[in-house]
Amino acid sequence: MYGFEAMTFNIHGGYLEAIVRGHRAGLLTAADYNNLCQCETLDDIKMHLSATDYGPYLQNEPSPLHTTTVVEKCTLKLVDEYKHMLCQATEPLSTFLEYITYGHMIDNVVLIVTGTLHERDVQELLEKCHPLGMFDSIATLAVAQNMRELYRLVLVDTPLAPYFSECITSEDLDDMNIEIMRNTLYKAYLEDFYKFCQKLGGATAEIMSDLLAFEADRRAVNITINSIGTELTRDDRRKLYSNFGLLYPYGHEELAVCEDIDQVRGAMEKYPPYQSIFSKLSYGESQMLDKAFYEEEVKRLCLAFEQQFHYGVFFAYMRLREQEIRNLMWISECVAQNQKSRVHDSVVFIF
Amino acid sequence: METMEKFIDNLSSMDLMRSEKMSLVQLIIPVESAHRAVSYLGELGLLQFRDLNAEKSPFQRTFVNQVKRCGELSRKLRFFKVQIIKAGLLSPIHPVVEPDVELEELEIQLSEHEHELIEMNSNSEKLRQTYNELLEFKIVLLKTGSFLVSGNNHAVAEERELSENVHSNRNYDEASSLIEQEMRTTDQSGLRFISGIICKSKALRFERMLFRATRGNMLFNQAPAGEEIMDPLSAEKVEKTVFVVFFSGEQARTKILKICEAFGAHCYPVPDDFSKQRQITREVSSRLSELEVTLDSGIRHQNKALTSIGYHLTQWMNMVGREKAVYDTLNMLNFDVTKKCLVGEGWCPIFAKAKIQEALHRATVDTNSQVGIIFHVMDALESPPTYFRTNHFTNAYQEIVDAYGVARYQEANPAVYTVITFPFLFAVMFGDWGHGICLLLGALILIARESRISTQACVQTYHKLGSFMQMLFGGRYVLLLMSLFSIYCGLIYNEFFSVPFHIFGGSAYKCRDATCSDAHSSGLIKFRDPYPFGVDPSWRGSRSELPFLNSLKMKMSILLGVAQMNLGIILSYFNARFFHNSLDIRYQFVPQMIFLNSLFGYLSLLIIIKWCTGSQADLYHVMIYMFLSPTDDLGDNELFWGQRPLQIVLLVLALVAVPWMLFPKPFILKKLHSEGRNYGMLMPSEFDPDAEPGPARERQEEFNFSEVFVHQMIHSIEFVLGAVSNTASYLRLWALSLAHSELSTVFYEKVLLLAWGYDNIVIRLVGLAVFAFATAFILLMMETLSAFLHALRLHWVEFQNKFYHGDGYKFKPFSFALIMDDDD
Repeated sequence: MYGFEAMTFNIHGGYLEAIVRGHRAGLLTAADYNNLCQCETLDDIKMHLSATDYGPYLQNEPSPLHTTTVVEKCTLKLVDEYKHMLCQATEPLSTFLEYITYGHMIDNVVLIVTGTLHERDVQELLEKCHPLGMFDSIATLAVAQNMRELYRLVLVDTPLAPYFSECITSEDLDDMNIEIMRNTLYKAYLEDFYKFCQKLGGATAEIMSDLLAFEADRRAVNITINSIGTELTRDDRRKLYSNFGLLYPYGHEELAVCEDIDQVRGAMEKYPPYQSIFSKLSYGESQMLDKAFYEEEVKRLCLAFEQQFHYGVFFAYMRLREQEIRNLMWISECVAQNQKSRVHDSVVFIF
Repeated sequence: METMEKFIDNLSSMDLMRSEKMSLVQLIIPVESAHRAVSYLGELGLLQFRDLNAEKSPFQRTFVNQVKRCGELSRKLRFFKVQIIKAGLLSPIHPVVEPDVELEELEIQLSEHEHELIEMNSNSEKLRQTYNELLEFKIVLLKTGSFLVSGNNHAVAEERELSENVHSNRNYDEASSLIEQEMRTTDQSGLRFISGIICKSKALRFERMLFRATRGNMLFNQAPAGEEIMDPLSAEKVEKTVFVVFFSGEQARTKILKICEAFGAHCYPVPDDFSKQRQITREVSSRLSELEVTLDSGIRHQNKALTSIGYHLTQWMNMVGREKAVYDTLNMLNFDVTKKCLVGEGWCPIFAKAKIQEALHRATVDTNSQVGIIFHVMDALESPPTYFRTNHFTNAYQEIVDAYGVARYQEANPAVYTVITFPFLFAVMFGDWGHGICLLLGALILIARESRISTQACVQTYHKLGSFMQMLFGGRYVLLLMSLFSIYCGLIYNEFFSVPFHIFGGSAYKCRDATCSDAHSSGLIKFRDPYPFGVDPSWRGSRSELPFLNSLKMKMSILLGVAQMNLGIILSYFNARFFHNSLDIRYQFVPQMIFLNSLFGYLSLLIIIKWCTGSQADLYHVMIYMFLSPTDDLGDNELFWGQRPLQIVLLVLALVAVPWMLFPKPFILKKLHSEGRNYGMLMPSEFDPDAEPGPARERQEEFNFSEVFVHQMIHSIEFVLGAVSNTASYLRLWALSLAHSELSTVFYEKVLLLAWGYDNIVIRLVGLAVFAFATAFILLMMETLSAFLHALRLHWVEFQNKFYHGDGYKFKPFSFALIMDDDD
């Protein structure tokens, strides 16, 4: 199959690839970010964004804007684009596109479950959910008392059901459990997505395996760092790592026994692609790690556009837009709270 | 030569030939009259402002606040529009009766209106919500009442049945009747129910979820609500379903209530007691009717407010649009040092200067400003924009040319010739006066509707036309000329839906015998004077038809092509003269003329001589052996005396012309450059170094000989090869015309005549329908399109590459009319 996508890809995927490349051309550039960083008020941001692809979504907002509105409207644009693409897509692209949203679904499930655990209002929680990860019966999650119920009541109808096989316990839900559930689900999701991409073969498999491996490795590092100092045992920690990626399996062995951030660093620096990320950080620092990972991710996502006839562009575009929305949120927050000196701390330029 | 040049100089100038003379002007406007001056200029629409703040981002500019305010106002206006459309009150556009109000007033007015509307909306929304709740309650009462009642009525009968069927094998029945039995004894056994209403689309999933949550220990009853209920958020009618869930146990109750909440189901308590039910139903109904009255009056009130807004809406929208345009333009201006004046630069056509000055003067007077607006001409270094004053008729042709490239400033405009040559070349390919008449009717309909379609009142209908009709409408005059010329060419070809007619008298030919059976094999005999105009009708279907028409059309194509290409080269001469570029005349125009005409001009001459003398000479042979062995005797193919020496001379001239156009120009340019003369570019005579420092001086670009030489080489090779290939390209006129006539013959003979041969009305009708369909869609639409495209190509490639640079940019004046058009 490899190398022959060029012959048949455009029959079904050509239109949507053109669409997604067109959307990608609408991503904000460094010049846009420079201008945005100079804004004094949220209205300035709105004014600047009205000249970009976001224009139609923001133009009908009344003037005292809030950061949440900006983010909400920008996300709405992404969701509209996604829905449009999903409508036009045929198999297997439509399944591929659906896979992209499962991550958000997991996050939403966790959000609702944690929220109900802390006795929050369901409606309020629903508003906070990412619109890409919505499914029909999401509000019913609040009914469930333990994992088994969660699965049996609600999730059995969702695409997430197969991922649940490893975490059905009758234990009551608590923060720790939920976090473990999130990571177990994520692990199963990433592995499934990876397998799906391998099945698609060709350039899609090649590019997506790279992107997903990076995602898996990043999660492994994050799990390790977050679980330092908690009661999570080494074996449990080891179980949360996805079974693919650059770190699999030897890197995982090392990460599993790490006790502080510098040990993580030691383990990671053996891998050349991650060496450059960690070399940017000073010892003992984990604050900037997220940004460094994001930057690396954006770089890899942009590279996905260099090749044609594969589905990786859809994944890359969605991720880039999400990064852009994170950037916009950060900039808007900084502007709204008069912290303009910190604008550059978390903005990841895409171009 | 002298007299010729004098003659050319004395030619009266054509309007469309050269674009309008433009000048770069500077405006120094006192701050107090700036707004008014710019809006007067916008009404005039003859000045294109240059953005002097290009490096500033939009929110760093001077009038950013006003622009934001306008944005806010137009947001409010859009809100009103949405509300008006929602209420279904969109009225036809009212004529503007009232004078424009001030922006500040408008701002206050609009925010008042908005406030009022939002309040009304929230009020009516609250009312609507209570109304919906009551309505739902009523429906739930009615429907669940019937569930409960039917349950009770059946209970006695079922009890009896139950005792009979105790040992029945049908477990399901047993189970259900057990539950129903239990239901009857609601109070004793702790079986309880929750009743409510839910969206129909969610009902199935709701039921499933309930089943799972209670592990099947419940009974779900549902009935369609019957009435559609308005969703207050989206204002859409939603179908709903009434449900009753029977269950037992406190834990199940909390679970069910949670699920109800999660699914957005509204629960209403229904009393068990029958009389109580009735009482509540009555209460609810009476409150409902009260609310209905309130709601209605609220809606009336709101509609009244909306109507009064709608009356002004268009006017306000126009006004805000204008204001925004004015401030956007003001943002392009610079403050001068003292911050009391705004400095603007822009392009305007020279003829408009007086009008602009008059408008500026008006602005000064109207604002009572002590200081007038200074308006003066500046020296420009960059090339001015291109502006042609077109009218309804010429606009479409100018668009055809602009689609290839906008003319360089003041260069010869091919649109002048395109007006005639384009439809004519089209018609050569589309010669059929029947089809021509069809096109003519279409064009006339469009033109007759022109005034109606393009008037302001019918803007909407115009936009409803769709892009295809819009395109046709835009090109209606092109269509008109195309159809007229096709009728003309069709008369020459003597084709009317491929049928020849004896219009201009009798045919000059007759058959050899009475049956006319050998017309196709051995031809006809001539017995009197030739047919006076066009092709003899008797030739149709005869032996000589195709050879004659092919020879005619092929030669005609070459003649037309050579003539048009010569016109193109001559236009390059006019361009060179206009820009005082004698180098181009001597080393480009002259050798090009010689090369083209010594080969293909000579061929055209031969064609004409052959037509006039009726000679049998073989022109292919003549042309080919002119190159292969120019000194050989021509023999039978000699058309006139002295042909052989002439051919040798022409061949030598053509061979000389190639190096002539290749070598001298780059070397002369190099020489001129090394002498230090800045050749070819006209520097402004009074160059003021203070006003425009820096970049101007650097325009004396590096002279790169190899680049110039390669460029010239490419140009020459292109011309030499192009002379052959372009002439061949004009043969498409013949090919398409042949294709068109053959295609229409096929449809006429193989469809219409074949069907008419049967003595059956159905077959005849089918044949007629197929013929009409083929004529309309294949001949009138597809063929028109293809002939159009080929004519377009002949103009863009074969004609315009001889002289047209097309690297200018269009004049885009700041004009309210244009802005409003764009908005629509």
